[in-house]
Amino acid sequence: MNRRFWFIAMVALVALVSTIAVPLAAQDVPGVTATQILLGGTHPYSGPAAAYAPVGKGALAYFSYVNDHGGVNGRKIVYEDKDDGYNPAQTVQIVRQLVEQDHVFAIFDSLGTPPNLAIRQYLNDNKVPQLFVATGATVFGADYKKYPWTIGWQPNYHDEATIFGKYLLDHKPNAKVGILYQNDDYGQDLLSGLTHELGSKSNLIVKTASYEVTDPDVTSQIESLKSSGADTVFIFATPKFAIQALVTISKLSWKPLIFLNSVSASQSIMRIATKVGGPAATNGVISAVYLKDPSDPLWATDDGMKLYEDIMAKYLPGADASDANYLYGMAVAYTMVDVLKRAGRDLTREKVMQVVTHLHESPNPFVLPGIAVSITPTDRFPMREEEMMRYDAGMWNPFGGLISSRY
Amino acid sequence: MRALATAVFAILIAVLPAIAPQYFTFELTYAGAYAIAILGLVILTGRTGQISLGHGAFVAVGAYTAAIASQAGISYAVAVPLAAVLAGALGLVLGIVALRLAGAYLALATFALATSVPPLFKRFGSITGGAQGMTIPPHPQIVLYYLTWISAAALFAVAYFALRGRIGLSLRALRDSEIAAISFGVNPVLYKSLAFGWSAAYAGVAGAFIALSTAYVSPDGYGVALSLTLLVGAVIGGLDIVWGAIVGALVIEFLPLWSQAINPALTSIVYGIALILIMTFMPGGIAGSLRRHHES
Repeated sequence: MNRRFWFIAMVALVALVSTIAVPLAAQDVPGVTATQILLGGTHPYSGPAAAYAPVGKGALAYFSYVNDHGGVNGRKIVYEDKDDGYNPAQTVQIVRQLVEQDHVFAIFDSLGTPPNLAIRQYLNDNKVPQLFVATGATVFGADYKKYPWTIGWQPNYHDEATIFGKYLLDHKPNAKVGILYQNDDYGQDLLSGLTHELGSKSNLIVKTASYEVTDPDVTSQIESLKSSGADTVFIFATPKFAIQALVTISKLSWKPLIFLNSVSASQSIMRIATKVGGPAATNGVISAVYLKDPSDPLWATDDGMKLYEDIMAKYLPGADASDANYLYGMAVAYTMVDVLKRAGRDLTREKVMQVVTHLHESPNPFVLPGIAVSITPTDRFPMREEEMMRYDAGMWNPFGGLISSRY
Repeated sequence: MRALATAVFAILIAVLPAIAPQYFTFELTYAGAYAIAILGLVILTGRTGQISLGHGAFVAVGAYTAAIASQAGISYAVAVPLAAVLAGALGLVLGIVALRLAGAYLALATFALATSVPPLFKRFGSITGGAQGMTIPPHPQIVLYYLTWISAAALFAVAYFALRGRIGLSLRALRDSEIAAISFGVNPVLYKSLAFGWSAAYAGVAGAFIALSTAYVSPDGYGVALSLTLLVGAVIGGLDIVWGAIVGALVIEFLPLWSQAINPALTSIVYGIALILIMTFMPGGIAGSLRRHHES
């Protein structure tokens, strides 16, 4: 028995070692062959942020669509999208494997602030493009001198709060402001944007209340905001908590002016809040947008939305097309394809970064008309426009035109 | 035979960086760190019978200690022991509290620790980087690899010999029957808090190496999920077997990475099924089954 046991143990060890793939011979340009371009990415398909998984699926579906229509300059895009569970320690391991074993050309649309911060140094040290990270954290646009290979995509949270702040100062200069925010980089970025914009008038803020993503609900936070005497509420929260906040405010028969961050402003979310809390829960809520909302009848006959629906039906049958995260994934994949096209057949990482930092993309069929994904070597915030909107009778009604925070 | 296997494993670990790709060495560094943390659970849960759903918190304390120390320019020769001391101190305090708790109540108390420590690191943003976390100056990967595994070897040796001697016997006696143990002169206050502190110190060392390898720490990376993963690793390996910690660490490190190859959208399902299969066919953990097989 003794010998057999050790034999098995040794075989297991050898098997473990031999599963390490032999590294491929170095190519001229990693990830680029005559017929394909290999991109890598990470999304939380498991764990606390799994609700964002459709972003990765949407991007993949768009690449499949492009491949079936001839690809990019004669090459097909292969997207190695991995699950990091929103855990930075996992992200770094996966990304190293993507870079060193799979030899990806670039990392595209990795999701979340902590995962992207964790891989930023490594990717920049190795001159691997870290393109269009799926987070609105301001650092990814601001630190470009130190991290030139990294770039964001969506409007940053700081800007969005700035837009809200401007509106408040113009329309309700004597407001008593209460703020509900998620106690992480995302909520704090919004909070600091608003405080910054209010500047000397930040004493308008009478109360802030935070919650942790792991909290079951935000009822007590809303009650404390109400008892502070606030007449205006900012909700800087992810969808689940935003719905709870809207419903609780309505249940307390409290009628403040409500600002809701765009992350939670999709029509599908507003419908749930209306259903649970009644029309009073959502009527008059103010938010901002930059993407077309798939469940908004406003876009029923729009070409971009038709394309979205066709791709959803063909490549993601059975998926809930009203989930705006799929559309987000397609929109950012559109920009990626656009960049690869412009970089031409003779593809290098340097050339792609050259194109990225001189990009002026308009129109992206999934982004609001008039908003350009625009990057210059010194302004690395691709999108800085949003439009304000008000919820009325079950519909978002845009008003006031696009507001830019470029300067 | 056991000595031979240990030697073969040690040689393998020593030469792997020369023949394996860099990313694999990198992944093995994490496996080494997990092995240290799981060994802590083997001591506490396996040997002493005290459950902990909160080891992620001790790992977090170790990780942040190493991160803050590195940021301040302190060498890891100081940072890693410091991580062990601070995490160990927290463990000792919790161990004293835990004296009055057992079973489900202890599980809840340690679970509370796991949920309350990450938000704590979001405060004091000027030191901890707040919710956004903090980046650490990167260390050479190869140095961290050997440092992790040499530390693991030392900590395993300490655990192996300590558990074979008087300490191990006392802990086991406390687990099997506290009353009987006391009547034989075992001091439950001393040994239970010792087990907690010892175990937490190991978790702290693991946290330090995880943080230094990732070159980044953020509070939400060390939550409940990590605590549960470590416990899974301990059970999979074999709860009361020292070398089972290495097996458990290899499983929790590589199973999620390899299950990606099947379908990234189904990793947690593939991972879950694999765990169920292991526990169904090897109820004593992998090391436990092998040992039973070996002894039969």
